[in-house]
Amino acid sequence: MADIQVYKKSPAEFELGQRRAKSAMRNQIMMFSLMIFLTLISFTMVTAYQADVAGFSKFFVIPALLLFAVVQIALQLYYFMHMNEKGHGIPQMFLYTGLMLGLLIPLTFVTIVWW
Amino acid sequence: MDLNKKFTPETWPENPEKATLEAKNKFVGFWLFLGGETVLFATLFATYLALKNKGPSGFEFTTQGLFELPLVLVMTMLLLTSSLTSVYAMYHLKNYDFKKMQLWLAITALLGLGFLMLEVYEFVHYVSLGFTYDNSAFSSSFYTLVGTHGFHVAIGLVWITLLIFRNAKRGLNLYNAPKYYTFSLYWHFIDVVWVFIFTVVYLMGVIG
Amino acid sequence: MSSVAQKRGFGATLWDWMTTVDHKKIGILYLLGGGFFFVMGGIEAMIIRIQLLKPNNDFVSAGLFNEIITMHGTTMIFLAAMPILFGFMNAIMPLQIGARDVAFPFLNSLGFWMFFFGGVFLNVSWLFGQVPDAGWTSYASLSIASEGHGIDFYAIGLQIAGGGTLMGGINFLVTIINMRAPGMTYMRMPLFTWTTFVASAMILFAFPPLTIGLFFLTFDRMFGGNFFDHTMGGNTIIWEHIFWIFGHPEVYILILPAFGIFSEIFSIFSRKRLFGYSSMVFATVLIGFLGFMVWAHHMFTVGLGPTANAIFAVATMAIAVPTGVKIFNWLLTIWGGSITVTTPMLYALGFIPSFVMGGVTGVMQGAAPLDYQLHDSYFIVAHFHYVIVGGVVLAILAAVHLWWPKMFGTMLDEKLGKVTFWFFFIGFHMTFLIQHWLGFWGMPRRVWTYMDGQGWNSANLISSVGALFMAIGVIVLVLNIIKTSVKNERVGNDPWGDGRTLEWAISSPPPFYNFAQTPLVRGLDTFWIEKQEGNASGLTPAEPVMDIHMPHGSIIPFFMTVGMFIAGFGAMFRLDYSWGLPLLIFGLLWTFIAMSLRSVKDDLGYYVKKEDILKDLKRKGGQN
Repeated sequence: MADIQVYKKSPAEFELGQRRAKSAMRNQIMMFSLMIFLTLISFTMVTAYQADVAGFSKFFVIPALLLFAVVQIALQLYYFMHMNEKGHGIPQMFLYTGLMLGLLIPLTFVTIVWW
Repeated sequence: MDLNKKFTPETWPENPEKATLEAKNKFVGFWLFLGGETVLFATLFATYLALKNKGPSGFEFTTQGLFELPLVLVMTMLLLTSSLTSVYAMYHLKNYDFKKMQLWLAITALLGLGFLMLEVYEFVHYVSLGFTYDNSAFSSSFYTLVGTHGFHVAIGLVWITLLIFRNAKRGLNLYNAPKYYTFSLYWHFIDVVWVFIFTVVYLMGVIG
Repeated sequence: MSSVAQKRGFGATLWDWMTTVDHKKIGILYLLGGGFFFVMGGIEAMIIRIQLLKPNNDFVSAGLFNEIITMHGTTMIFLAAMPILFGFMNAIMPLQIGARDVAFPFLNSLGFWMFFFGGVFLNVSWLFGQVPDAGWTSYASLSIASEGHGIDFYAIGLQIAGGGTLMGGINFLVTIINMRAPGMTYMRMPLFTWTTFVASAMILFAFPPLTIGLFFLTFDRMFGGNFFDHTMGGNTIIWEHIFWIFGHPEVYILILPAFGIFSEIFSIFSRKRLFGYSSMVFATVLIGFLGFMVWAHHMFTVGLGPTANAIFAVATMAIAVPTGVKIFNWLLTIWGGSITVTTPMLYALGFIPSFVMGGVTGVMQGAAPLDYQLHDSYFIVAHFHYVIVGGVVLAILAAVHLWWPKMFGTMLDEKLGKVTFWFFFIGFHMTFLIQHWLGFWGMPRRVWTYMDGQGWNSANLISSVGALFMAIGVIVLVLNIIKTSVKNERVGNDPWGDGRTLEWAISSPPPFYNFAQTPLVRGLDTFWIEKQEGNASGLTPAEPVMDIHMPHGSIIPFFMTVGMFIAGFGAMFRLDYSWGLPLLIFGLLWTFIAMSLRSVKDDLGYYVKKEDILKDLKRKGGQN
């Protein structure tokens, strides 16, 4: 590969880039707060379950926990790992294939690995 | 590629992690590796779920009796925060601000170290209760799942330490930018796995 | 590094091969390594057939027989078939997409050395007299109970070799994704490249479970784990699941590149565009996908329950559909073509009926109720040899003949090639066809010997004679290779005269930078298009002659692997000797230092100067 061509951005372009980066960063901080929030809710729900608070049955808490986990993962992937940006088609394809198998394997292990 | 080529924030490319062919290869290759890692951890999770609470006759350890949530919460917070700090580092990577990037990465590493030490403490605590690796199928699968994650954290720490020191005097260039970027991907992936560990192993374990 | 051949000492040559990161040389290394293990596995097969030649035979003892069948299976799958296919992928695939090298030349070399040392580690077990003896599947209850270090050799050796394979897989994927020449869209890629792509993707997802499974096995045996020990709450079924989650995709990892090789051969020697190219691509991807959904059909008799059995039976039969699509496409490619029956074409023609037979017996076993009858009988042995030998090995032999001139610059003798084919082909059917009936007659697989008077005698005799025929075929091939290497008649770019894809557009063997100018791809079968349009150079360049960036060779991969090799022994002898643990730590430290060296030392590569490339071009009379 030949050497990289250096391109000097015009002041306007540079400004735009900076602004975009800043707004992306702001987005990410928001997503981080959301993740912390979800984590805290998850832990609180389980604590409530332990303390036998009415309404926090197993059948509510476990699906909710899994849902929150999936949301957190999506936030990590799409915001922190930049999967929402362009040029991530291949990463998405392979990661989703991995996740699909990642769902299938535990599913079989909890259903057909018996004593 | 010329290592000594100096950039300014104005000439620094928009996507330094994908500016050269080598960088693009590294970027795609690392994502594929993460796809494979997903299956690796899935297999560990599956085994853990199949062997949870299983032991020899008269086995008394259960997920409910063993796990303590406050410690796990602290560990989770440390790791989540370290994820944010590495996002900050990547922000400065794109802005061509080397010093700030190194600083945020150092903070990331420290948070990761804190996490790892808490995990070691947790394991030592369990072992002192008699919950050793060879104690039961449950203990083997638990230590292997959580330990593999911890091992990934340790690898990440060694990796980032090497990167920080190796490049301390050189500053950013298009040769090391993709290395920093792949590290941050790796670090976020560790976080992704941890989200599942604290949900599936600890929280759901405490529920039983 | 100069492209002009010069005399060099043995040491320098050896150093060159040990440090090489050139994909063509690594391809040759894979071929050599895989070929070596292929012969090892072949010798083991011959011993098996000698032992089963007559009833109540005692040519080898029962224990040794178990070791031999285990090593035969393990060697053939992991150390012969896969590496040889990897050799062709390495040598040919980058040429087919118009790339100068693979995406990660360093990892490529590391992958080769890990395969090689992993294989050596496994086979060193013969010297210790403690050989893996739980079958190539190494089912946990048996492998945990096995005494001595045999299974430890299996677990650690495969761990090392498997790591190498995973690296190779990622490497090929990234190469295909990022390094295709301008105009080489996904739907213009030759089918061998496509199958390499899908097989590599399968490696990416199938090998991590194997890593985990072997890790469990290692820890259960050596470090106090309890994954498979039911008295401690473990579960042996977990090993079976994990092994087959890896193991079933593995057979498609083997057969898909074989399909790719035959697709190339059919269209070259029928002088026709591959019939139904897009449906071929679709079928390849679909097989790759379905390959992950059927693993439990190896476990029907475990007792997963009728629901699970039914789901996996249906999924298994579904795979027959895309495979059938492929078979018909090949037939229609030949149909109406102007056929030349060369040695590779002969293999391809022999492949279709052989593989269809293997596929049909596969569907039979996919029917769960019938599988209860067939399970663990010789029918199974017949089936998987029909797909592996009738598919993969025929493809490997065909590819050896097809691409030998491209890799070594000289043609294998056609007459001897055909002799090889007929011996091998007849021997193959003689050995394995009769084994279907042996299965029906009740002969269980993996038995050391059998008693007289069960009606199995003559069938086993026929089978053993067939094996001898196959051995003769392979010996003729080796003679052929020696003969042509000694004669060394150089050939041109397109020795078959009908090459269609880019690898035939450059000299044989290609210069180390492959393409002087990156080619512009204008359609499927680029080289064919250029030839049809009367382009004498065979290529439309996409760029002017420029400096070419090449990676430096490195010895670090070799050393890294040596570290793992040492650590393997340390882990194994940790409890037996006091030096075990220090050796383990030493080996790991060694590997770690080699890895750090790699990351600390900058590897920027170097440039081949424009003038040198022009000189090369001129020497070849303007040809590529």
